Amino acid sequence: MATLAEPRADSDEAFREEVRAFLAEHFPPELKGKANALASVEGPTDESPAQKAWREAMGSRGWGTPTWPKEYGGGGLSKKQARILEEEMARVGAFNPIGGMGVMMFGPTLLEYGNEAQKREHIPPICRGEIRWCQGYSEPNAGSDLANLQTMAEDKGDHYLVNGQKTWTSGGQWADKCFAIVRTDRSDKHHGISFMLIDMDAPGVEVRPITMISGTSPFCETFFTDVKVPKENLVGEEGQGWTIGKRLLQHERTNISGGGSLARLMGQSLGDIAKQHLALDADGRLADKVLRDRIADFEMRWNAFLLTARRAMEESKAAGGVSEISSVLKKLGTKLSQERSELLIEIKGLQGLGWEGDGFDGPELEAVRGWLFGKATTIYGGSTEIQNNIIAKRVLGMLDHQ
Amino acid sequence: MAILSEEQEMLRDMARDWATNESPVTAFRKIRDSGESFDRAAWKTMAEMGWTGVVIPESYGGSDFGWLSMGLVVEELGKTLTASPLVASTVAASAIILGGSKEQKAKWLPGIASGAVIATLAVDEGPRHDGTALSASVSGGKLSGTKAFVAEAEAADLFVVAAGDGLYLVEKGDGVSVAPRKLVDRRGFGEVTFDDVAADKLAGGGDTLLDDVLDRARILASAEMLGMAQQVFDVTLAYLKQRVQFNQVLASFQALQHRMADLFADLAMMRSALEGGLQALDSGFGIARAACVAKAEANRVLHKISNEGIQLHGGIGMTDEYDVGFYLKRARVLEAQWGNGTFLKDRFAALAGY
Repeated sequence: MATLAEPRADSDEAFREEVRAFLAEHFPPELKGKANALASVEGPTDESPAQKAWREAMGSRGWGTPTWPKEYGGGGLSKKQARILEEEMARVGAFNPIGGMGVMMFGPTLLEYGNEAQKREHIPPICRGEIRWCQGYSEPNAGSDLANLQTMAEDKGDHYLVNGQKTWTSGGQWADKCFAIVRTDRSDKHHGISFMLIDMDAPGVEVRPITMISGTSPFCETFFTDVKVPKENLVGEEGQGWTIGKRLLQHERTNISGGGSLARLMGQSLGDIAKQHLALDADGRLADKVLRDRIADFEMRWNAFLLTARRAMEESKAAGGVSEISSVLKKLGTKLSQERSELLIEIKGLQGLGWEGDGFDGPELEAVRGWLFGKATTIYGGSTEIQNNIIAKRVLGMLDHQ
Repeated sequence: MAILSEEQEMLRDMARDWATNESPVTAFRKIRDSGESFDRAAWKTMAEMGWTGVVIPESYGGSDFGWLSMGLVVEELGKTLTASPLVASTVAASAIILGGSKEQKAKWLPGIASGAVIATLAVDEGPRHDGTALSASVSGGKLSGTKAFVAEAEAADLFVVAAGDGLYLVEKGDGVSVAPRKLVDRRGFGEVTFDDVAADKLAGGGDTLLDDVLDRARILASAEMLGMAQQVFDVTLAYLKQRVQFNQVLASFQALQHRMADLFADLAMMRSALEGGLQALDSGFGIARAACVAKAEANRVLHKISNEGIQLHGGIGMTDEYDVGFYLKRARVLEAQWGNGTFLKDRFAALAGY
């Protein structure tokens, strides 16, 4: 390995130089440190000229999707080069402006299962950040039991006629297209499911945002009434949708447990926040000993969780595959984040429960909405109970209870 | 599992093979029934395999293999409840490595590395770990005081004793008396009284020497606890897959599956926390906090798993014939040693400045 890798060192350094030059030329300084990690959930804001220029510069190189194949608009970079790109962006406060469900979930799945024409049509716009995708999975009676879905796609010769309802469609009101799993055969629960791509502006598609307990509407109900879907929008074979759909969920789980939500929480420790808000004793310790004890208890477990996330990453790198620990990380990380939000409210009291208006600053209001929205994290992407089933059956080899 | 070097993998496999084949729980059962606190012949074998010198520098007869390596051995021995002074002696050796003079190191470390000398740490003066307000004192080079619940007290040749003004080396002999204290784990604890005995101060290592040594004790105890937790988990899982009630194996019940999934996740956290501690010791960075996290997680998770192990085994888990009860008893002793949950939370908060 070492001898093979050595000649690359020069070209890696050359690549680093190339990235630096690119960033110097194209990254607008006014965007420094202004990544909007929540954009895919909170919806688009109007792009400023600088944001547009930055997205286009990254998109035209394919560097928003650095390791995707160049022939479909990706960056075609090696993992090493992608890391160099990340390092250099972090160094100057730049960020990847291209994201969303197309990048995180749909693109990787289509690259694996799509045909040549589908890849040529759909991957390049994702790489340029031009098309927003949403996920048509859950239905009113198909949540944890996702394969119970009833939205029907009837074969009409050159097209399918789709009727039914999806729900929890994240970003449905802003999406251009939807990747959906629908039923093409009522006689077989799992093999009667197919994976299809549906235009959100096709006649018969109706989207209604759902107001959540957090006051925001990141999710929608989506109704399909006699929607015509061309046959070429079927991904894989008819009946292969469950296999393809599950594959996509692996990408989703990894993103929920790891990604942005974690990074955001790495900021200030609860102990430091508590010191700013609460009375201290003569030694500078929190005077409320019970709360101090609970904060330390949380911080130590949070610390152990971060070590676990790091260990999973190192192990999956060494083993060359996804770690079987992804369900464990999702289950632990979401629960601990919720616990942190609750402790934050205990520290701040009623000041930590502001809804809107005077008397609360921006970060305070954001924390409240985050606490409420955070309740969704142990439900979506496979609820904690579903993760427990996966751990028990697939990892521990306990028998199926059904 | 952390990414190991080839040598570390070999060491772990050797420890695993030996523990499984030569020192299974039946060996501990025999020791217990005999009233001894450990098996001298097994101790000799462990020393011959080099385990007594893993953290001791090569110049003093050790292999200087590091704490992660030491943790691997201790974890494997924890799985089969192997009773030995290995942890006590290693922790005491670390006090000499950190705070000893050249002469003190040359005098004691080779013996500890070869297993000829058994050393132990004597800090607490009451049943709850504190580490402050020690009344043991030294005047004119002579130490007096009483230490409670000293591990391997009966077997120890050398005591590393915490007095009010630092750590001292005291040899067993006249003026050192040991009163055995048989705890539920049936290991060799004892109350040790020092009556005006010659004491040799560990003058190096700075003001934090005692804390630094205790951090090592906490982390190594956590390694033993991880092995125990892993074993109880594995044995319990195997039992659930085999025990039939209502015409089906217990493993098919979702209520039990979810409890095992919870424990599995806890075990992952406990392992990460321990490895974080061992790696901190090897890198020398962030040791105090890492030791708190390692021991706090070990306490939390082993407490839970040792209780669940009994409950999930049902009535059979209450019998002396089944091993799972041994783990429960040893667990509580280790949880209390060198800091329970309350102590560790207070220490962690203090270190973090709140």
